[in-house]
This record gives sequence, structure tokens and C-alpha cells, in this order.
Amino acid sequence: MKKIEAIVKPFKLDEVKNALTKIGVQGMTITEVKGFGRQRGHTEVYRGAEYTIDFIPKIKIDLIVSDELVPQVIETIERAAKTGKIGDGKIFLSSVEEVIRIRTGERGKDAI
Amino acid sequence: MKIFSISLLMFILSIAGVAFAGEQAPPKVDTGDTAWILISSALVMLMTPGLALFYGGMVRRKNVLGTIMQSFIALGVITIQWVLYGYSLAFGPDIGGVIGSLNWIGLRGVGVDPHPDYSPTVPHQAFMIFQMMFAVITPALITGAFAERFKFKTYLVFLILWATFVYDPLAHWVWGVGGWIKELGALDFAGGLVVHISSGIAALAATFMVGKRKGYGEEPMPPHNLTMTLLGAALLWFGWFGFNGGSAIASGAIATSAFVVTHVSTASAALSWMIVEWRHRGNPTVLGAASGAVAGLVAITPASGFVGPMSAILIGFVAGVLCYLAINLKMKLRYDDSLDVVGVHGVGGTWGALATGLFASKAMNPAGNDGLFFGNPSLLAIQALTVLVAWIYSFVVTLVLLKILDRTMGLRVSEEHEMNGLDLSQHGETGYSL
Repeated sequence: MKKIEAIVKPFKLDEVKNALTKIGVQGMTITEVKGFGRQRGHTEVYRGAEYTIDFIPKIKIDLIVSDELVPQVIETIERAAKTGKIGDGKIFLSSVEEVIRIRTGERGKDAI
Repeated sequence: MKIFSISLLMFILSIAGVAFAGEQAPPKVDTGDTAWILISSALVMLMTPGLALFYGGMVRRKNVLGTIMQSFIALGVITIQWVLYGYSLAFGPDIGGVIGSLNWIGLRGVGVDPHPDYSPTVPHQAFMIFQMMFAVITPALITGAFAERFKFKTYLVFLILWATFVYDPLAHWVWGVGGWIKELGALDFAGGLVVHISSGIAALAATFMVGKRKGYGEEPMPPHNLTMTLLGAALLWFGWFGFNGGSAIASGAIATSAFVVTHVSTASAALSWMIVEWRHRGNPTVLGAASGAVAGLVAITPASGFVGPMSAILIGFVAGVLCYLAINLKMKLRYDDSLDVVGVHGVGGTWGALATGLFASKAMNPAGNDGLFFGNPSLLAIQALTVLVAWIYSFVVTLVLLKILDRTMGLRVSEEHEMNGLDLSQHGETGYSL
């Protein structure tokens, strides 16, 4: 089992979600996050006062999927979240030791 | 014998008084005029909550209630002050051209008959309540200068002192019968000197006395809700029709022309600020358009009722540009006039008072005068002199009042309270629970 964390542009969330549902992903968790990478922030000017906003809003999507689904899911997110402009985000992949469904007590793949 | 002669004299005088009153037609209330002044009073009342939103949106969210409250509570404090003695100081029977007497304390003698000088066709009390709304909003305007750091308890005392020692005398000089600035022939239709220069320059003094916000210039302090600010600006614009349109103390020709030029100048200034900022910084900001509108309202205030619509376009246009330059200058000088009271009300009010000396025309209002562009340079000189007087008076007295309050009560909240915000530290509430 793998965890896929994808940080995407907020306006791309619906597109990514729909694309993932289409390939059979059953659930996901999203978080509103702020951060910066190479894009850096932007500046805002209020009555002549200039503020650099370093942290810009992004959406973080957390998914747990079985190993065989990983390439397809990653490819789907890449396609759906891409604008080609700086700031499209990143995808992180890591291993997950265990998944437990609280209601039934199922373990592992069945619990995803 | 002496008592007898005095009472005889009194008797004769009282008969003479009766005879005199009998000769003159009793003052008649005009219902149209009265309706307009009462509505105008309500319109001006709405400006203070409008100002609360205008300012409230520009501060950080932890200070939204504290900022709104400083404006809102002026409706409470100044209303009572005005009824008890403020109105009497400002408009009561003149003492030496400098102050009203205390004859009208508690509104004694301020009844529902017209007053021959102030409101010949409108009940005296209608004039009184109309003027009260001006007295309320003026000190509330100053609060933008010391937003996000002023102690509420001290503020309440400041309100009373400032109204008593700055607003009331200045209103008497400019508008009171016998007031020395009025006697000079200065024109101030709806409060360029009394409201905007007085508050704008008091704000300058307050900026010096109160000091900068913690972290000013180091951490970002962007407005937390500009939709609120825009709604506030719209309410100010709306209420200003009463502010200027009502200042004729009658309904009719002058009220209409004041109403029209108020609107025209505001529109013009909203555009000019937006255009200048767009060219200078690359974006036509909403805050800029809202600020420009207020600058246009401020600038036309003394001139409304004396100028025509084409002059209003120019007055507003220049106001938007000048006030924009002023707030940029503030950024360079690093003063923390947090919500730009000096830049908008001080500079806009000064421009408006001088513009009255340029653009006023007897063709618009026979009771006014001609300005420089209508062949009379002397009015401009009078306007400039009175601007200078209002600047100096408001600055010095505000400085002294704040100095006294600083020594006795303290002006600022503690550093910790400032960090946590005025909402929690001063009022035990938060504006939003999200």
C-alpha cells in the first residue's frame, strides 16, 4: 500500500477529484494548505503599503492506494493538475504499513 | 424707590418686547424643509456606522470589533455631550466670537420653533439634531490614525475632551452666529474646516503622540475584509447626500445643487484615484476606488452649495490624485497613520477648502461668494488663512489633550494586548468564530 500526497492548485481540485473517481479511487482526504516552492509568493499593495505574501494557498490531497494502482493514479493526477505554469504543485509517494477500517476492524488492502 | 424704578423699567421692556414680537410675523415652519432636514439627519447618522465598516475592514481581523466600536460608541458619547452642553458651546449665544455661551445647556430654549438665524423655516431642534450627527462623526474619523492600539477607556475620555475643546469651538467660529471665521467671510458649506481639517489634523497629532503599531513596517498588516470596507464607503457616500444636501438647512435649489456636486465629485475622485494607482502600481484596486470616493466626498464638502457640476469634476479629480500622493508620501516618511486619516481628510479637506476659494460662484449661490476663477482672489486668501488657523488650532489642542491623557491614563494598550488584538483585550469578544 502506498500513500500519495499531491499538492495542487486549488482551482484544479475538482478536475483531479473527477479524474480519480473515474479510475476507481474510492476516497480521499483534502486539506487547505499554504506554502511556497520555486514559485515563491506574490506582492499585494494596499494604499501604497506593499506586502509580500510568501505562502500561497494550495490544496493537499491524501490518498492511500494499493501498489498496483499507484502508476495509474499518479499519472491521472499529473494530467489533471497540470497547467504547465509554475506553481502546479508536487506529488509525494511513500509506503504505508497498515490501514484499518474502524467500523469493521478490517485490515490492509480490504480496508482501503 | 430703586426697586420700583427697576420693575417699571422691566415692565416697559416687556411691553416693548411684546409689541416687537407682534410686529414681526411669527416664524413659520416649512414642512418640506423640515422633512428634508430630518431625513438628512438620519442619513448623516448612518455615516458613522458606515465609517465603522469602512475602517473595520481595513484592520486585521483581531481588531475588527475594537475598530468598529470606536466609531459606533461615538454615537452614544457625543449625543449625550451635545445635548448636555456641546450644542450650547457650538451654537449658543456668542461670546466674543470665540465660543457659544452656556445658555442652551440641556437644550434649554432649543424648542420646536424655527431659529431666525440657524433655521428660519425649520424647527430649532431639527437643526440641533442635524448638527449633532456632524459632531458625532468628526471625532470618529480620527480613530483611523491610531487604529489597532488605542486603549478604549482612554478613548472615551478623549472623545469628550476633543469634542469640547476642538470641535465645539471650531464649529462656533465657522458656523455660529458671531463666530469670528464666519465674520471674516470664509465659506465652509458642510464642514471642510470643522469636520475634515479638524479631524485630519488631529489625526496627525495623534500619529505623533500614539506611535506606531508593533511590527509596523516589518510584518504585513493587510486589510482583513475589503468587502466590508467597500460597503462602508458606499454607506458614507449615501449618507453624504444628507451631510452636504442638508447643509442648506432647507430643501430646494441649493440643497439640490449640493446633492448633485457631491455625487459628481465623488465619482470623479473614485476614478482619478483608480487611474493614478493603476498607472503607478499596476492594479486598479477596490480599496483605491473606495478611498478615492471618500477623498472626493471630503473635498467637495466645503464647496458643495457654492460650485457647479463642472467644477465638481475638477475638485474631485484633483482630490483623488492629491490624496493618493499623500498616502504614498506617508509610506516614505514611515508614519503610522494607520488608515490614512491625514492623507484623506486632512489633505482632502484642505484641498476642498482652498478649492472653494477657487471655484465658488455667486451664480450658484447668491449667499456665497465668487472665487478666484470667478474674478475674486480675496476669497482664496480668506480660505487659506482659515485653513491655517484650523490646522494650528486642531493640531496644538489635540496634542495637548493627548499629552495629558498619556500622563494620566495611558494612550496605548499593553504590548501583549496589542498582540492579542483589541477585540479580546478591550471587549472580551471576537468578531468571527470560524
